[in-house]
Amino acid sequence: MLTDSARAHGPLAQACQRFVRHRLSVAALVALVLVALVVAGADLIAPYPANEQHLDDLLAGPSSEYLLGTDTLGRDTLSRVLHGGRISLLVGLSVAMLASVMGTLVGLVAGYRGGFVDAALMRVTDTLLALPSLMVVILLARILGGSVFDVVLVLSLLAWMPLARIIRAKVLALREHDFIAAAKAMGSGTPRILFRHLLPNLVGEITVAVSLAVAAAILAESVLSFLGLGVSPVHGATWGNMLGGNEGLMTVAPWLVWAPGLAIVITVLSANYVGDGLRDAFDVKADLRDHRAA
Amino acid sequence: MVRYALRRLAVTLPILGLISLGAFWAADQITTPTALIAVNPRISAADRAAYVEALGLDLPFWTRYFHWFGNFVTGDLGTSLVQNGAGVWPLVRTALVNTLVLVAVAVTLSLAVGIAVGTLGAARRGSLLDYAATTTSFFGLSIPVFWLGLMLQLFFGIYLAQWLGVTPPLLPTAGLYSPGQQGFDLIDRTRHLALPTIALSLQLVAVYSRYMRAGLLDALGAEYVRTAYAKGLSERMVVIRHGVRNALIPVTTQAALDIGLLIGGLIVTEQVFQYPGMGLLFLDALHAGDYAVLLPAVMIVAAAVFALNFVADLLYGVLDPRIRRDAH
Repeated sequence: MLTDSARAHGPLAQACQRFVRHRLSVAALVALVLVALVVAGADLIAPYPANEQHLDDLLAGPSSEYLLGTDTLGRDTLSRVLHGGRISLLVGLSVAMLASVMGTLVGLVAGYRGGFVDAALMRVTDTLLALPSLMVVILLARILGGSVFDVVLVLSLLAWMPLARIIRAKVLALREHDFIAAAKAMGSGTPRILFRHLLPNLVGEITVAVSLAVAAAILAESVLSFLGLGVSPVHGATWGNMLGGNEGLMTVAPWLVWAPGLAIVITVLSANYVGDGLRDAFDVKADLRDHRAA
Repeated sequence: MVRYALRRLAVTLPILGLISLGAFWAADQITTPTALIAVNPRISAADRAAYVEALGLDLPFWTRYFHWFGNFVTGDLGTSLVQNGAGVWPLVRTALVNTLVLVAVAVTLSLAVGIAVGTLGAARRGSLLDYAATTTSFFGLSIPVFWLGLMLQLFFGIYLAQWLGVTPPLLPTAGLYSPGQQGFDLIDRTRHLALPTIALSLQLVAVYSRYMRAGLLDALGAEYVRTAYAKGLSERMVVIRHGVRNALIPVTTQAALDIGLLIGGLIVTEQVFQYPGMGLLFLDALHAGDYAVLLPAVMIVAAAVFALNFVADLLYGVLDPRIRRDAH
C-alpha cells in the first residue's frame, strides 16, 4: 500500500522538486519565460513598429530615441530585436516539437516492433545522422524557400534522429518488463501499449530533448539566416536574418551585430541550462545534445 | 577486422550511391546552368541551343545522372561551368587541403585544452576551476559560431588596435595570406589561421572538456579505481593511469567523428573568415549555380564523413578491448 505522502510525490513531482534545487536552471527558466513574455508583448513594449522607417536617422547610434540604434533603412534595432524574437522563438519551439514527435514515434515503433521494421527505421536514422547535416539543410532550404514553414520543415527533418535512437534503446529495455506482459495479457493493442504504457516512461527523455532542441533550433535558424537561406526578411525580421543582413556594417554600426547576437546567446544559453537542469531532475543519462553545426 | 571493414564498405557504398542521386536531384532543382547565357543578348538562340546540346542539358534526368555518375566514379570530375573551364579536381583539392589544415589544427588544439580542462575539473570536482570551466563550456555551446567569429573580427581587427594605438589590425580577419603575398609563408599563414581556429575551438573545447569530465568522473567511480587505491597507488597515478586512460576513449572517438563532420560543417566559419575551404567552395558553387563543382564537393564531404565514422568505430575497438569488432 502506498502511504499518502508517497502518493503525493509521484515521479513528476519529484522531478520538479529536484529541478527547483538547481538554482541556475531555475534562473535560466525565469530568463526564458521573460524573453518569451517580452517577445510576445512586442507590440506593447517595442517603441516603434518593426518595419517603420525613420529616414532622417539612418544608421543612427544608440541614443535615448533609439536605445539600440537604427539600421540602413532607419528601422529601430530594439523594436526589430523584440519583434524578430517572435519568429526565432516560434521556429525554435516548432522545430523542437516536430522533431521530438518524429523522434519519439520512430523510436517507439522501432523499439517495440523490432525485426524488419526496426532494422529499416534504424538504417534510415543512422544514415541521416551520418550525413553532413549543414550541407543537406542548405540544399533543402534552397529547394524549398524562405517561409517560416519551410525553415521549420527543413530543420525538423534533420533534428529527430538522436532522440529516436535514445527512445528506441529505452523501449528495448522497457518492453521486457512485466507490466508490458500484463498489458498484453489484458488484451491491450499495440497503440495502447505504445502510448498508454511506454510513453509515460519516456517523459524524462522527451522533456530534456525538447528543451535542448529549442536551443539547437534557434542556433540552426540563425546560421541558415546568416547564410541568407533561412527565414527571408520578406517574412519579417528574425535574430538570424538581422545578423546576416548587417554583417558587412559591423565596423560602422556594431550595434546591429551586438543586439541580435546577444538576444540569441541569452535565449540559447537559458534553454541549454534549463535542459541541463531537467536532465538532472529526470535523471536522464543519455547525451541528447546535438552538437554538429559548426 | 578485414571482414568487418568489408561489411561496412558493402553497406556504405549503396548509401553513397543514394546520396549521389539525391545530390544530383537537388542540384538539378537548384541550378540553372543556362541562366547567364540566356540573358546575354550577344548569344544567339542557335548558339544557346548548341551549348545546351554540347552539355547534354536537354537529355532526360536519368541519362544525365548516369553520365555524370560514370564520369565521377572513374575520376573525371570535368570542368567548372562558371570559372571558364577550370578543372574541378584542382579546385576541390586546394579547398580540401585548406579545410584539412584548419580542422587538424583546431581539433588538435581543442583536444589538448579540452582534455586538460576536463581532467582538472573532474579531479577537483566542485572547485572554482571546475565551476568556471563548466560555465565557460556552456557559453561555448550557446554562442553561434558565426557571431563569435564576427566578434573576434571586431575585437582583433578594430577594437584592440584602437586601444593599443597601433595602425594595422593585430590579427588578419580574412583570407589565407596578406594581399600581395606570393607563395607559401608559414608566419603569414599561421596568423591568418589564428582567428578561424579560435572561433572553431571554443565549441570543440566545450564538447571535449564535458566528455572528458563526465568520462573521468565515471571512471573514478569504477571498481578498478578502488582496487588501484587499495594497492597503494598515489592519487596522481590512479587518476592518470586508470582514470584518464579510460576517459580518453569517448573523447577520442568523438574527435574522429568531428573531423568527418567538420570537413563539411565548416561552411559558417569559412564564410565568416572567407577561408577558401570546402565549405566556401560549396557555398560559392551553390550561389553561382555551378553544379559541376557543387556535386563533387558534396560527394567528397559525404565520403569523408562515412570514412571517419568508420575510423571512429575502429578506434573504439582498439582503445577499448571489451568492444572488439571480431564478435560481429
